[in-house]
Amino acid sequence: MSNYSELDFTPLIELSADEVVTHSYVRDVPLSGGKTLALVTLDNGRDHTRPNTLGPITLLEFGMTMDLLRERAALGDIHGVAVTGKPFILAAGADLSKVSEIPSLATGKLLAQLGHYALGKQAELGVPSFVFINGLALGGGLEIALNADYRTVDATVPAIALPEVSLGLIPGWGGSYLLPNLIGIENALKVIIENPLKHRVLKAADAIELGIADVQFASAMFLEQSIKWADGVISGTTKVSRPNAPGKVERLVKWDVAVGIARKMLESRIGTVARSPYIALDLLKAAKSGTRQEGFEREDDSLAELIAGDQLQASIYAFNLVQKRAKRPAGAPDKALARPIKKVGVIGAGLMASQFALLFVRRLRVPVVITDLDQARVDKGVAYIHSEILALETKNRISSDEANRLRALVTGTTDKAQFADADWVIEAVFEELGVKQDVFAEMEKHIAPDAILATNTSSLSVEQIGAKLAHPERLVGFHFFNPVAIMPLIEVVNTPETNDATLSTAMVVAAKLRKNAVITRDTPGFVVNRLLAKLLGEAMHAVDTGTPFDVVDGSLAPFGMPMTPFELLELVGLKVGAHVLDTHHAAFPDRFFDSTNLHRLAEYGTILERDAKGKIKGFDKGAIKIVAGGTTPMTGEQILRRVEDGLADEIKRMLDDGVVHAAEDIDLCMILGANWPFQMGGITPYLDRVGASERVFQGTFHTPPIRGVGAELEPAGHTTATTSGD
Amino acid sequence: MADRAEVVFVDGVRTPFGRAGEKGMYWNTRADDLVVKAMIGLLERNPSVPGERIDEVAIAATTQTGDQGLTLGRTAALLSGLPKSVPGFAIDRMCAGAMTAVTTLGAGIGFGAYDLAIAGGVEHMGRHPMGSGVDPNPRFLSERLVSEDALNMGATAERIHDRFPSYTKERSDRFALRSQQKVAAAYAADKIQPDLVSVAIRSETGWGLATTDEAPRPETTMEGLASLKTPFRPHGRITAGNASGLNDGASACLLASGKAAKDLGLNVKMKMVSFAFAGVEPEVMGLGPVPSTEKALRKAGLSITDIGLFELNEAFAVQVISFLDHFGIDDEDPRVNEYGGAIAIGHPLASSGVRLMNQLARQFSEHPEVRYGLTAMCIGLGQGGTVIWENPNFNRKASKR
Repeated sequence: MSNYSELDFTPLIELSADEVVTHSYVRDVPLSGGKTLALVTLDNGRDHTRPNTLGPITLLEFGMTMDLLRERAALGDIHGVAVTGKPFILAAGADLSKVSEIPSLATGKLLAQLGHYALGKQAELGVPSFVFINGLALGGGLEIALNADYRTVDATVPAIALPEVSLGLIPGWGGSYLLPNLIGIENALKVIIENPLKHRVLKAADAIELGIADVQFASAMFLEQSIKWADGVISGTTKVSRPNAPGKVERLVKWDVAVGIARKMLESRIGTVARSPYIALDLLKAAKSGTRQEGFEREDDSLAELIAGDQLQASIYAFNLVQKRAKRPAGAPDKALARPIKKVGVIGAGLMASQFALLFVRRLRVPVVITDLDQARVDKGVAYIHSEILALETKNRISSDEANRLRALVTGTTDKAQFADADWVIEAVFEELGVKQDVFAEMEKHIAPDAILATNTSSLSVEQIGAKLAHPERLVGFHFFNPVAIMPLIEVVNTPETNDATLSTAMVVAAKLRKNAVITRDTPGFVVNRLLAKLLGEAMHAVDTGTPFDVVDGSLAPFGMPMTPFELLELVGLKVGAHVLDTHHAAFPDRFFDSTNLHRLAEYGTILERDAKGKIKGFDKGAIKIVAGGTTPMTGEQILRRVEDGLADEIKRMLDDGVVHAAEDIDLCMILGANWPFQMGGITPYLDRVGASERVFQGTFHTPPIRGVGAELEPAGHTTATTSGD
Repeated sequence: MADRAEVVFVDGVRTPFGRAGEKGMYWNTRADDLVVKAMIGLLERNPSVPGERIDEVAIAATTQTGDQGLTLGRTAALLSGLPKSVPGFAIDRMCAGAMTAVTTLGAGIGFGAYDLAIAGGVEHMGRHPMGSGVDPNPRFLSERLVSEDALNMGATAERIHDRFPSYTKERSDRFALRSQQKVAAAYAADKIQPDLVSVAIRSETGWGLATTDEAPRPETTMEGLASLKTPFRPHGRITAGNASGLNDGASACLLASGKAAKDLGLNVKMKMVSFAFAGVEPEVMGLGPVPSTEKALRKAGLSITDIGLFELNEAFAVQVISFLDHFGIDDEDPRVNEYGGAIAIGHPLASSGVRLMNQLARQFSEHPEVRYGLTAMCIGLGQGGTVIWENPNFNRKASKR
């Protein structure tokens, strides 16, 4: 058993020279009956855009503060201790900026131990401890509160969460042990496992319902009422009940079953490659019994292991891409150049076009006019948009006034003259070069000379689409991902002709649509489809050469992707998939496979066998028959190697060719556009760590490679995962 | 026609008053938040009052700009969580802002337009120093409508000393000392604290809680007072010790018609009898409460001898002395400012009126022998305001003892 107070935290301090320290300020507050509450404010001295974070120096200061307060409590000088934050923020969690610099497994473990050492002191004060959750409380921020005896929450707090497993971490400062013992195993599984995977956070009311906080107060008098409530608890007039705290029966009967169910859910949702959710599950399971100290020590070991591993480093890299790089897109021109958009035109009234119209009207709140070949199609499109607006209204997502406003903004016409005052015209017509060229050339007769034209093409050359334009400089690619309302990525395609005003407008419009835009060159497949075509082409090639479906599917398991290749093909549609492979094969015949079998499967209609609920049971017998006949099957290892090396090669070419500005943009695209996992860091950190980069171009995408310090100690890469090759 | 109604003061609260300025406890607290906290505290103390029954919210402030602007009554109502159906407006009569909020809404209740109303005031003199942003019409001076002194409150108080040579500086200082002593005694006897709403206060070094007034100086001595500077004139008489300070604070009270109070089962602390405002020469604005009180007494059909308790705002000691002297009341009469006054507690201009009422209401509950009391204050640019109240706890037997 380790005694935290005997540890030497110096190695952590040495890493923390530039830590933005969140200070622990103490002020005494008078309570009734002459008692005193020591009120600790966590404040890093910055405004709410730089939330409080918990680094080593912060934690040591917090620990020292608690030591002083324990001494004062022993003297009878104070009768309770409460911790709260600066406006809008309790704390946003551990300061992860230095995690990549942690030099050893032992230092990583120290970081876990320091959190337990400092936050755990709230339980050893000799007087009741409180945390007044006044604002954002994420990860270690929430664990501050879990380590106290009592919690109040401001009713307007928008984000309370333990998101660690989505980052390749676990709640390692007490959360994994304390939370299930506070709110029950099922609730804890929801908070620690389920919510992070869905990127969900709790609001104050949820925290109350789950039992994380004991009581909530309105924001206007939150601190005053929290202090009054604490006064009641200290004086004994307020009793606190915890109906969700686990009892004997729950521990005996429910606990293991609930963890088992969660494990199955996890396996089916994300596979078994990502380690942190499973480590969290093990910790939650073990939290059923034993002491707090034992629970904390298990967290120390688990956290140290994760910090030393590759997945956490890749996840933090990915997190920073999504949180920071996505908000400041590389190569974006000055926003001031953007043309204001006061009216939007959509060419096409089909499903995709209607989804665009809906998104534009909701986010830009300007007139949106749609057009198609005939009035019937136009009417159908407008009716679809109106029905979606009604659905939003019915679900109380928008008010009836807002619904009226949006409905009135959407019109349909077959008269292109009505596009004359549109500032932005986007097309979603049939994916054929001639059609798109003609549609734009025709539209150009009606619109202003500097109105922006945007194409949603996924596979054609944007520059060629603009070949018949008098003003091709106003054309930009604006490639959405399906489903349009949900997928956060837009590839903004910058042709040699596209001018800065157009590019800037596209970036500003994307942001207003609340999408993340990445600028790409006008090369086939841009980023996401090109890499998916590489992966799916290799998968189909393996099938074509005689490799069974299940071997192919299993071969890529070490990626830990959200879907197997054949699930993905079915999701995008087999016909679309076959088309994507064809176009890439046509563009790069020596590197991309097309597949006749895929066309035949598309004709047939399915690859996977599913039960009545749509759950995958195996491979369709007819499909297996269709692809039979290959004579040179590959092993899983061979396929994996081909895919890894193929991706590394393709990405290297894309970077050499300036398709995007940096490897980071490739990863950002794959994370946002294809849901490739954080633990891979998108793709390039993974390719570096499994040696594909080295094999293909004798280098790495990142210098140094994004890896954990413990990487040398463990078997690298995919050998840890199961393959079902032979 | 609306029915005329009895006007009652149900309850009143205030924030602790702070010292204005960077070192004051409310430097980082918004003015509107102060009055909102007072209102929430008031509503919490009266849980049987349904928010949607509040017919009006009038909040006063002298400098209505920034965090102390934007139609305070309405914004404060929204920020307090009152239903959106509750209307509100802002009021300004400088020092008598909250008093005017009370009389205006009281008049509306009396007329039958309102059943329940919230009146209050706020002044954050740290964030909005007296006179900031004003642009007096040049005619005031060019046409000698007022003297230069009229806009400087300390100078107007010096002028009262000029007019009444018998009001010496020593007499003002003695009055001020008594005010400090009475406030200290009232605090010790827990007379002030029950009507205070604690306010969480942020500083560079963390959150704290304001639970008591920041300004009182119980350690005050005559010697100490004598040694203070006279900032308004060389060798003058007005000092920081015998005047109210520059302060931050807010107050709010609940007014009702007698019937509404009865229907909702609300305890009535005071009944409004009459009120009056009156003007005097701006150069001696401190004399204002004299004519306003005479007028209010006349309206009520009462004489000064009917008044058993006085809550007089101590803008300046000399100005209270002038009132007492006019009505033949001794400087140390126990009926006057039993808990002390603004010289010790402070005077965040537009919020002070309700503080006077809170203190009179508490004294009423402890003095069943008193039937009538009054609250009065002087007002910048030469006005006075007076409200006469009846004690619902009045007991004829007690009065004969």
